[in-house]
Amino acid sequence: MKALTEIRWHGRGGQGAKTAALLLADVAFSTGKHVQGFPEYGPERMGAPITAYDRISDFPIRIHSNIYEPDFVVVVDDTLLHTVDVTQGLKKEGAILINTVMEIEEVMPLLNGYGGRVFLIDARKVCMATLGAYFPNTPMLAAIVKVSGIMEETVFMREMEISLKHKFEKKPEVLEGNMNALRMAFREVR
Amino acid sequence: MALKAEKINEHTVWQDLTEGLQIHEPATSGLFETGEWRTSTPVVDWDKCRQCLLCAPYCPDSCIPVKEGKREAFDYQHCKGCGICVKACPFGAITMKEGK
Amino acid sequence: MAVKERMSGNEAVAYAIRQINPDVMPAFPITPSTEIPQFVSAMIANGEIDTEFIPVESEHSSMSAAIGSSAAGARTLTATSACGLALMWEVLYVAASNRLPIMMEVVNRALSGPININAEHSDSMGARDSGWIQIYAENNQEAYDNTLQAYRIAEHKDVKLPIMVCQDGFITSHAVENILLLEDEPVKKFVGAYQPEHYLLREDETMAVGPYAVSCYCMEAKRAQAQAMRNARQVILDVAKEFEEISGRKYGFFEEYRLEDAEFAIVAIGSVCGTIKDAIDRLREQGIKAGLLKVRVFRPFPGEEMAEALKHLKALAIMDRCEGYNATGGPLGAELTAALYRAQASAKTVNIIYGLSGRDVKVSDIEMVYEDLAELAQGNNRFGEYPYLGLRNRSGDNYGADR
Repeated sequence: MKALTEIRWHGRGGQGAKTAALLLADVAFSTGKHVQGFPEYGPERMGAPITAYDRISDFPIRIHSNIYEPDFVVVVDDTLLHTVDVTQGLKKEGAILINTVMEIEEVMPLLNGYGGRVFLIDARKVCMATLGAYFPNTPMLAAIVKVSGIMEETVFMREMEISLKHKFEKKPEVLEGNMNALRMAFREVR
Repeated sequence: MALKAEKINEHTVWQDLTEGLQIHEPATSGLFETGEWRTSTPVVDWDKCRQCLLCAPYCPDSCIPVKEGKREAFDYQHCKGCGICVKACPFGAITMKEGK
Repeated sequence: MAVKERMSGNEAVAYAIRQINPDVMPAFPITPSTEIPQFVSAMIANGEIDTEFIPVESEHSSMSAAIGSSAAGARTLTATSACGLALMWEVLYVAASNRLPIMMEVVNRALSGPININAEHSDSMGARDSGWIQIYAENNQEAYDNTLQAYRIAEHKDVKLPIMVCQDGFITSHAVENILLLEDEPVKKFVGAYQPEHYLLREDETMAVGPYAVSCYCMEAKRAQAQAMRNARQVILDVAKEFEEISGRKYGFFEEYRLEDAEFAIVAIGSVCGTIKDAIDRLREQGIKAGLLKVRVFRPFPGEEMAEALKHLKALAIMDRCEGYNATGGPLGAELTAALYRAQASAKTVNIIYGLSGRDVKVSDIEMVYEDLAELAQGNNRFGEYPYLGLRNRSGDNYGADR
């Protein structure tokens, strides 16, 4: 992995894309990286397109601007493909990860001729099988870790277990479901 | 070191003023002799005064001292001559005279 | 031992507040500073600190309550942004003129209109002449470090002035970044207990605060207040030196980044300075001698020291994240240009307005400014007479001019 990885998240207000971006920064920090996780803010509007960003680096991060040429793009809601130019500035040697039930043939025409790698995952399927409710940010987090290779799966799972144990201290029964969602997401990325 | 209130007047230099003009002593208003402002002066007719003490709380400048249940003579060093005590007295015991 | 953590700028100052454990915090929520009173309230509810939180009905009330609390003798703080700060306007002056060392976390945001919640310095810059000390941060680390130093500066016997600790709304307040935290004990030792000499609740002294003063006293009183701001200069440096001993991090009036041998420099405040540093490193690789002077302390204004650090430059861009509406530029531009004139500095200067209402600034924008500074030094002015960085305009000019 190179010294600086830049990731851009596209989601809709209320879907947890910002939370996922901050979680990714968190887990990367726990492996000793320098991180920056931040949303592009505006008034709170449920359902409106939102953008969030991650910088993950071996060196201290000083820059304070948005990410225009990301290494990776994550699309949490595939309805955005029709309205937002999600591949804008995305590096050819990078990749895009999309949460969708569509097949690759259906997705490609919506990517403005992007020539890099495209990964798909059905986060709803993962959520329903493991959590019984739709929280797309959990599987998307695991999927982008796999796609970007910013850390080993075993390291990621270990750090997530620590973090989720802490987060769900008072609800230990949901830990297993979340861990299963992460595990399944690693397998389900196409 | 900031000066005591009694030493502060319109000749005091800026270095000697207290911070924020805070006042760190009690009852410093007594140092300011507002009696000098007076153009007419309240006078008590002690024969008419029944010591009802209504005048004392009406005085805006606390110039009617009360001791052991009885009012004493006016504090003319601070009385501005406003005449409120004249109106407050139910017995016509206080009248205003021209001048200090 | 430093503690490695990652947190947002708002979390960082809340963490510092927990370590300081001030006596009283009156506050009213406003984006993007809302999280600060929110975090502090949670700490109080969890029993981590025993600060008295006063929920109030407006920012005029939060500052008024802070004034009462500070005059009573309590170590006091509040937090606000934008229109909240504007609503405090009247009482900001009361806090300063009564020499009350209140700390205020200002999370900088645009003032209306148009209505906007993003980063801009118009709020605190509008209050620059209210008698408060103002310190600005580039990132979460500096927001934390400045908060820890704030009371030491404000409460110093030669100062006794309120202090604003400023950071850029959202860009640093809501961005999670790495940070080095100090442990609680050295912080408590460094900040110390608050022991005011005069205060309303002192049992053995009667005191009056906030008197009316007639003209023959007011001018002297204001000059005495101005002296406190002048005294703050040395105190800020002394406190920074002591802070360096416990943290290893160096602070002064401003930071010079590759400035010593620079030919072209930018002077700016806040989060954009990190982006500028990245641009400088790229330009240096191409042999362009670019440098930065990052303003940390805006009040007291270190004009003389800045002019001294900038006097060798060929060309200089002073960047304001604030429109001054004086029809010539922004407040940093106006004040620094005056300081450069007094110092008879020879650098060609330009005052650029940038980043209003959260408008993003890219490394490439900054590289362009340096390239155009090199042209300016040659007598070729590409900035125009009233430059706005990246402003859309009819002719496609980079600084918004229509030529």
